Amino acid sequence: MGNFFLDNKDLQFHLNHPLMKKIVELREKNFADKDVYDYAPADFEDAMDSYRRVLEITGGICADVIAANAEDVDKEGPKVVDDHVVYARGTQANLDAIRKAGLGGIHLPRKYEGLNMSLICFVMANEMVARGDAGFENIWGLQDCAETINEFASEEIKQKYLPLVSRGATCAMALTEPDAGSDLQAVMLKAHYDEASGKWLLNGVKRFITNGDGDVSLVLARSEEGTKDGRGLSMFVYDRRDGGVKVRRIENKLGIKGSPTCELVYTNAPAELVGDRKLGLIKYVMSLMNAARLGIGAQGTGLCEAAYREALKYANERQQFGKPIIQFPAIYEILTNMKAKLYASRAMLYETARFVEIYKCWAEIGKERPLTAEEKTEMKFYNKLADAFTPLCKMFASEYANQLAYESIQIHGGSGYMKDYPIERIYRDARITNIYEGTTQLQVVAAIRHVTTGTFVAQMKEYENAGHPAEFKFQLDKLVALREEYEKAIARVTGGDSEQIEFHARRLVEMTGHIVLSHLLLRQAAESEEYRVPAEAYIKYAQAQNKAAAEFIANSCCGDIDLYKAVLNDSVE
Amino acid sequence: MGKQLKVVVLAKQVPDTRNVGKDAMKADGTVNRAALPAIFNPEDLNALEQALTIKDMCEGSTVYVLTMGPLRAADIIRDAMFRGADGGYLLTDRAFAGADTLATSYALSRALAEIKPDIIVAGRQAIDGDTAQVGPQVAEKLGLPQVTYAEQILSIEEDKIVIKRRLEHGVETVSAPFPMLMTVNGSAPECRPQNAKRVMKYKHARTRSELQELGEDYYMQLLETKSYLKITEWNVGDIDADARQLGLLGSPTKVKQIENVVFQAKESRKLTASDEDINSLMVELISSHTLG
Repeated sequence: MGNFFLDNKDLQFHLNHPLMKKIVELREKNFADKDVYDYAPADFEDAMDSYRRVLEITGGICADVIAANAEDVDKEGPKVVDDHVVYARGTQANLDAIRKAGLGGIHLPRKYEGLNMSLICFVMANEMVARGDAGFENIWGLQDCAETINEFASEEIKQKYLPLVSRGATCAMALTEPDAGSDLQAVMLKAHYDEASGKWLLNGVKRFITNGDGDVSLVLARSEEGTKDGRGLSMFVYDRRDGGVKVRRIENKLGIKGSPTCELVYTNAPAELVGDRKLGLIKYVMSLMNAARLGIGAQGTGLCEAAYREALKYANERQQFGKPIIQFPAIYEILTNMKAKLYASRAMLYETARFVEIYKCWAEIGKERPLTAEEKTEMKFYNKLADAFTPLCKMFASEYANQLAYESIQIHGGSGYMKDYPIERIYRDARITNIYEGTTQLQVVAAIRHVTTGTFVAQMKEYENAGHPAEFKFQLDKLVALREEYEKAIARVTGGDSEQIEFHARRLVEMTGHIVLSHLLLRQAAESEEYRVPAEAYIKYAQAQNKAAAEFIANSCCGDIDLYKAVLNDSVE
Repeated sequence: MGKQLKVVVLAKQVPDTRNVGKDAMKADGTVNRAALPAIFNPEDLNALEQALTIKDMCEGSTVYVLTMGPLRAADIIRDAMFRGADGGYLLTDRAFAGADTLATSYALSRALAEIKPDIIVAGRQAIDGDTAQVGPQVAEKLGLPQVTYAEQILSIEEDKIVIKRRLEHGVETVSAPFPMLMTVNGSAPECRPQNAKRVMKYKHARTRSELQELGEDYYMQLLETKSYLKITEWNVGDIDADARQLGLLGSPTKVKQIENVVFQAKESRKLTASDEDINSLMVELISSHTLG
């Protein structure tokens, strides 16, 4: 009888963040729902109490059901029967438990039968599910498609689809096609309006669609005949019960095997338009992707947690040369760095989620009444931070998931390479996280703008001036020095042309992350002794990493581009 | 089907004896309750699941939990409400204290005589006493037909319920007319989890004495306006009972001696030569890395 919420003090720490009061009050809008719904909270404490209780239920299911089924699900996987997906038995049992516990629509409004809980809680649930089984997290986490429907669709569509999600329907976002992966402007799937039925009909092929046979799908399709770019694309919602979509095959993947990755064939599949025509890619996919990226941030963090726990357990149990291997410097150093990265990843995840939630709450309130100038300024402030932090969060959580899984196997030695221990699966599962929902390279593209325009530098200065206790002056000084070094590196890179900036972008974004994550951990260390060691260890790591990057940039000259471009001439024969 | 049934689950809050540590027993040989968390007796959860299944099968049916114990036993009533029960009755009084199975079943049967359910569902036995006597005794006292070791409800008809029993060497299908009592085996399906919305809705449910302990006007008002938050609390005066048959006074069982037993060998298990048993043993040995 485990519990992934109760056994995780760090997670509970983040739930108690001071900004939660503001978040709950924005979400609950003066707690007006309490007179309408018997399950709505009466005040802040009541809401937080409900959050903790629901997360406790989730944590129990994650430990006792989802984690317990993970190994069998990985072995069995889903299959295609009569053009549809049949989940592994464990996956079905997971869904069953979640539905019975009523955990669908955690974040959806009550009028659509949702629980109207904070985004923070949804992200926490995502993280715990991923710790249990990262593949299942995809099926569970895709309910954030409902968020996009809630944000942009008509009331009629919301009334039709959102309660389904609250009752446990699964979702899919059908975006990519054989010739449209990272470049979604190339999407070909055709949507034409059928006057007779008054419906849009979809025809074409989608590929690499996670949970492609889910109950409710958001489909990106070309509604404007004759167009070739993103401006001809619209977003549609498709109900699996309406038929017209066949699953041609399920990909055979390295990891997250329980999550069916589908190739879909649409033949006059009826669908409904979400929002306005032509805004499919430009507006709605961007929103969808941002939510999905936060989801992968949670998935990565959950994998980090799993990898660290497996490593810590094994290092304590395994005896070599007459003692547990954790006692050797080579091992305890790895473990300390793993823990620092795990905590850093989580700190970043919830910092980002708070920024996202506050601006989205204001946007939601803005639909009901005009916002004051002050409120608008606040919304814009958090919106900008959310835009800047989301790619950073996705990038760091997913890269750390890979690093921690790698290090955890290393600590397991030969045993970790075998299927006998969960880390073998965790390692395979982690590998996709820095690829899908935008590769790390694409997160860099999204984040670099905020590096060069000063969003991050301004936020670093905010953190520097947050009022740290005197005993942290020494650590804080290090971070100020890192920021100065970072600003020099930016100045040097932005002095060059756009290719020069692109060439160094990853180095700059990584430097950004190291400084921001250091600040977040240092701030936590000021609140709880628990975080002193991870904070100091992470700052040491950040210093070393940033020094290397700064050095590379300082020594880089215009000839570098040609040096690294020479590979273009290599023969592929 | 159209039949609406009134179902009562007999449940007990017990010390969690499944993971007993060194401090589980006190020097005097009694259970150290402080060291063991109080939980919903596991087989009573199986019983609750069966009761909730009846509610699923026969729309409009109700499920209430009846438990006897100290005030904190109201926790398991709330737990049951979070999982799907409509409410509960807490039998609590000093006069009930120290009861053995005879006095317990007497008290419960008097309460049930007030409630008048169509179906009473109990767990096979509690993990603290391991007697499996209370369910059958209650049935006897009320003169009801009883089905023990129930594993699955096969059907509910206008005038009877059809149940599959799990016995040592096989299964048996039996039917019983209403009102009736069944005791549920641990091999029956696990209880459904707590439901998020129900937790939010029922978390403030309280008994009369709990409210007095809280002493906060807020809760008083809350229960005034939301009657579904009231957990019925009965004292000895609320049931028509003979005081001599209650509590310690009504308990002929006397503990003669208590011994601490130290297991010499690890717990043993009996396996048959069936493919199923061999397969499950192999899976267990492989997962514990004893094999493979």
